[in-house]
Amino acid sequence: MSAPVEPGTMARSSMSLPRTTDVLRRFFDGDVFYSFSRSPLTMLAFVTTLAFFVAAIFAPWLAPHDTSDIASLDLMNAFKTPVWGEYGDPAFPLGTDDQGRDVLSSIMFGLRISLLVGFAAVILAAVFGTLMGLISGYVGGVVDSVIMRIADIQLTFPAILIALMFDGIVRSVLTTEMAREFKMTSLILAIAASQWVNFARTVRGSTMVEKNKEYVQAARLIGIHPMKIMLRHVLPNVTGPVLVIGTLSLAIAILTEATLSFLGVGVPVTNPSLGTLIRIGNDFLFSGEWWMTIFPGVTLVVLVLAVNLLGDWLRDALNPKLR
Amino acid sequence: MLAFIIQRLAQSILVMLVVGLISFSLFQFVGDPVNNMVGQEATIEQREALREKLGLNDPIPVRFIKWVGLAVQGDFGLSYRMGMPVADLIAQRLPATLELVALSAVMALAIGVPMGVYTGLHRHAWLSKVFLTVSLIGISIPTFLIGILMILFFGVWLGWLPTFGRRGLVDLGGWETSFLTLEGWSYIIMPAFTLALFQLTLIMRLVRAEMLEVLRTDFIKFARARGLKSRSINFGHALKNTLVPVITIMGLQIGSLLAFSIITETVFQWPGMGLLIIQGIQFVDIPIMSSYLVLIALFFVVINLIVDLLYYAVDPRLRVERTAGGAH
Amino acid sequence: MRKIMLATTAAVLLAMAASASAQEKVFRYSTTGDILGLDPHNNNEGPTNTMKSNIFGRLIHRTGDLSLEPDLATEWTAKSDTVWEFKLRPDVTFHNGNPFTADDVVYSFKRQTQEASDMAFALSSVKDVRKVDDLTIEIETDGPDPTLLLNMPNFYIVDQEFMEENDAFEVVKGAGFQNFANTHPNGTGPYKLVEWVQDNRVVVEPFEQHWDYANRESNIDRAVFTPIGNDATRVAAILSGEIDLMYPVPLQDIARLEADPNVDVLQGPELRTIFLGFDQWRDELMDMPGSGKNPFKDQKVREAFAHAIDTKAIQRVVMRGASTPTGLMIAPGINGFPEEMNIPYEYDPEKSKQLLEEAGYADGFPVTLDCPNDRYVNDEAICTAIVPMLERIGIKVNLNAQTKSLHFNKIGAAENNNTSFYMLGWTPGSYDAYNVLQNIMTMDGEGHGAWNSGRYSNPDVERLTDEIAVTIDEDERNDLIRQAFKIHYDEVGHLPLHQQALAWGVRNDTVESVVQRPFNDVDLREVVMK
Repeated sequence: MSAPVEPGTMARSSMSLPRTTDVLRRFFDGDVFYSFSRSPLTMLAFVTTLAFFVAAIFAPWLAPHDTSDIASLDLMNAFKTPVWGEYGDPAFPLGTDDQGRDVLSSIMFGLRISLLVGFAAVILAAVFGTLMGLISGYVGGVVDSVIMRIADIQLTFPAILIALMFDGIVRSVLTTEMAREFKMTSLILAIAASQWVNFARTVRGSTMVEKNKEYVQAARLIGIHPMKIMLRHVLPNVTGPVLVIGTLSLAIAILTEATLSFLGVGVPVTNPSLGTLIRIGNDFLFSGEWWMTIFPGVTLVVLVLAVNLLGDWLRDALNPKLR
Repeated sequence: MLAFIIQRLAQSILVMLVVGLISFSLFQFVGDPVNNMVGQEATIEQREALREKLGLNDPIPVRFIKWVGLAVQGDFGLSYRMGMPVADLIAQRLPATLELVALSAVMALAIGVPMGVYTGLHRHAWLSKVFLTVSLIGISIPTFLIGILMILFFGVWLGWLPTFGRRGLVDLGGWETSFLTLEGWSYIIMPAFTLALFQLTLIMRLVRAEMLEVLRTDFIKFARARGLKSRSINFGHALKNTLVPVITIMGLQIGSLLAFSIITETVFQWPGMGLLIIQGIQFVDIPIMSSYLVLIALFFVVINLIVDLLYYAVDPRLRVERTAGGAH
Repeated sequence: MRKIMLATTAAVLLAMAASASAQEKVFRYSTTGDILGLDPHNNNEGPTNTMKSNIFGRLIHRTGDLSLEPDLATEWTAKSDTVWEFKLRPDVTFHNGNPFTADDVVYSFKRQTQEASDMAFALSSVKDVRKVDDLTIEIETDGPDPTLLLNMPNFYIVDQEFMEENDAFEVVKGAGFQNFANTHPNGTGPYKLVEWVQDNRVVVEPFEQHWDYANRESNIDRAVFTPIGNDATRVAAILSGEIDLMYPVPLQDIARLEADPNVDVLQGPELRTIFLGFDQWRDELMDMPGSGKNPFKDQKVREAFAHAIDTKAIQRVVMRGASTPTGLMIAPGINGFPEEMNIPYEYDPEKSKQLLEEAGYADGFPVTLDCPNDRYVNDEAICTAIVPMLERIGIKVNLNAQTKSLHFNKIGAAENNNTSFYMLGWTPGSYDAYNVLQNIMTMDGEGHGAWNSGRYSNPDVERLTDEIAVTIDEDERNDLIRQAFKIHYDEVGHLPLHQQALAWGVRNDTVESVVQRPFNDVDLREVVMK
């Protein structure tokens, strides 16, 4: 759930990952595919993840109500129970919240935000981290030391803390109005900032191994640009570990976003993510209006669980020793 | 040995200096410290006096050195909100958080390690599967949700445990502890467990993975071939070898326990550093924020030093490796 | 209180601790947010004022039934239209042991009336406070002031010697040099501060040298005030008996608390009016940089907002019936309340759109709504509910909900009324209409417009307000009040939403009696425990 958790585990597991394996090739060779088809749990996780993705991407068409259109909210629809409950209404299958928002629809739109933030952060972290790792591992020397020391220091501060500090600084530098505009971006940047280290460390390790192999040495001798060598020869070999870290980071990113929204520094209430929905619903938990918290909560947990399962499986599948 | 310690110490000091520089820049350059402190009504003379008092008229390097000098003595200036010294505010809150984090770490180790060993040794036992499934769910539920559900279950439905705050304290010469009364325990147990859960699952999974790796290694196979009892192999050799990464991770994790105490403390209204920093961030109380950064880094550095020294005790092989190469 | 039983080695310590705490009557209570500070002349906010009144003495005290009773003054007489004489109570000491004298009253007057003080309003009509002898003072007002005595409970007396020793005369907002007074209260009140751990707890104990200690009604040995922002946590805390009293009860949890045999829910009308305010001062709306326009200067736009907000729906859903929609800035029960004028603006979004079109904003405009999230009952939820209502007439609303002290700083003087559209709630500290006119509905004159954050100003209202201040005849005065409110109502100077209802949760197994005042605060003088 926090960044420094994973680097340790992942740094270690990546050491046992076959660095020279091309994931895609292996996949089509059937190796990975075979392990996938043999694990019903993984398949279930995959289907679940896929379903959530579809629900999120196509929310504007699939959701019964467009909760992103604030003008359409009617206060008079508030506090409806799920459809099987006392005050159920077929128009709102999972009930409504305190503002008359359809819970099912707001979960779908919330998923959209959670996934958007998660994905954007992880991709940003992966690109930046991989680049740093490549440079650090390939160039070595002082550059390597500097990058790795920065990474060390960065590890001192878990994602939540970095994001919180980031938020504080943004709010003090920008006006309220500007900070609001910038909110989503700052959230993504903050989460990405806390995750790049994992990628950088792993890629650096792989790069250092590759760098000393004869074909790279040879390529260098015949005058191919170092950047080209790295991109052409080293990058493909680190795809596997990056994919594993990426998947597990996605789970962490989604949780981080939810936590920040719960703490009230995430996305605005009028356009809630899953974490915000849980925070709002939390106030109504004791009074029996449980559906406002429980449904988004379960969605979040199932989503993260599924992504974690996929990540775990991917790690094991790419690590022949464990099979 | 001495050279190694000196090297680690130098590295630690470097890290602290860098973090110090970040905190310092935060304080100096984010917003106008004078404006933040005196508000609108202050006169120009008051502002100028405060500038002088804060040393804002000195050149930047001088300011940094002064700042470090004060920070080393534990002087982090005044909080913007009430003008109370940051050091006092932190001192008020520190015991609560340290106790919470310490208890969580102990819980995580005491429960996580045995679970990990068991699942490592008995890969296919049904209990292992249960542990693994639970652990996976454990890392997929956000801390705040666990806290809320625990309050609902143990605090409201069963009524066994108090739902918020910290009471039943015994004052030990300025340090108020929860550990000496039953009431104190009743207040700390739920937040500590909430905080521990994530680390617990992590340690369990880590120990399991390490056990699996180690059990496959040649020296274990030889030990088996030599006919050593499996009990002695499992615990004498295998577990001992898994401890190194566990120690590393635990060291790293103290930092994240501290950070996650922000959430736990918010949910349980635990009056520690986490609550202080979250309020500090809300109010953009830069002195609080910057000193918190320094403090977290200090914990991290100290714990890592201890971890490095522990390596020596646990794994003799590392003595050579770690002194030889700076990278890790 | 049930506790889980754990085997520990500290059984002896526990037994000692338990026996010590069993005899003490500790009253624990909680509300949403912490007090803003203990400098009595700095902030003017409900929970803060309540704590101040526990610690500081005033010349006159207002009891639970809103009647006035002597505190530091034993008797008072009007010597003329503009001069009152107060006899002071002898043998009163401050918490630090210093004696209370007429000099302290004179000093407190000077301190409370400086510009930075939010409490200056209470003495705005006072020209001078003079010492006659050590136990007699005279208060001279600018003109005849019918509300002078009503304002006296808001005049906090500090110790001159103590304040001067610590160089704490100036009221300073934010963390400056002289925040000493904010953290070191030294009053003559029945309770003295033991400790204040910010955002965590305020602990007070009875002051045994208080002049009325022998006759005190309360029997508590110690009171602990704990802010708990999270509604669910606060509810859990009262249900499990960790606190003895809490307010406000989240509206959704009233039924649940009522069902608990150990918890009583006290409900009653509150005199606080929740309203929205518009920036009518800046030439350009902050959300429309470069446009050179401020739509709120146009009465039609304000009317459009008034007809777009469905206060009945807010009452029914957000407030679960526990509010009274209103069209006026004061509640029934406040002196001068013109009952027949209390008509909430009609909900008519079509009319709103038409008004916006007439004003030249057919496509609407963007605006940020500043809102507290831990001050009034369901404050953030009300604001969230307002967003779609305005959205439907084309107004793009950004909701900026934050903790109360940040909110008050932003919309208040500290940040130069840095707001375009905001929520605020107000109970007149004097229980008189003039207080609202003075603080919220006018700008001109000393001590005026302290919380008129949108700087609404109408010359006629200003003039009427000045007349009201010095009119003694009640019918004449009420008529002037009616005129002023009529103008304000017609041009939607502010947009009143409702009066919220009070809801306190009280443990009946620990609390014998407590008085619920319409001010929504707990006077520790009136708490009796079992």
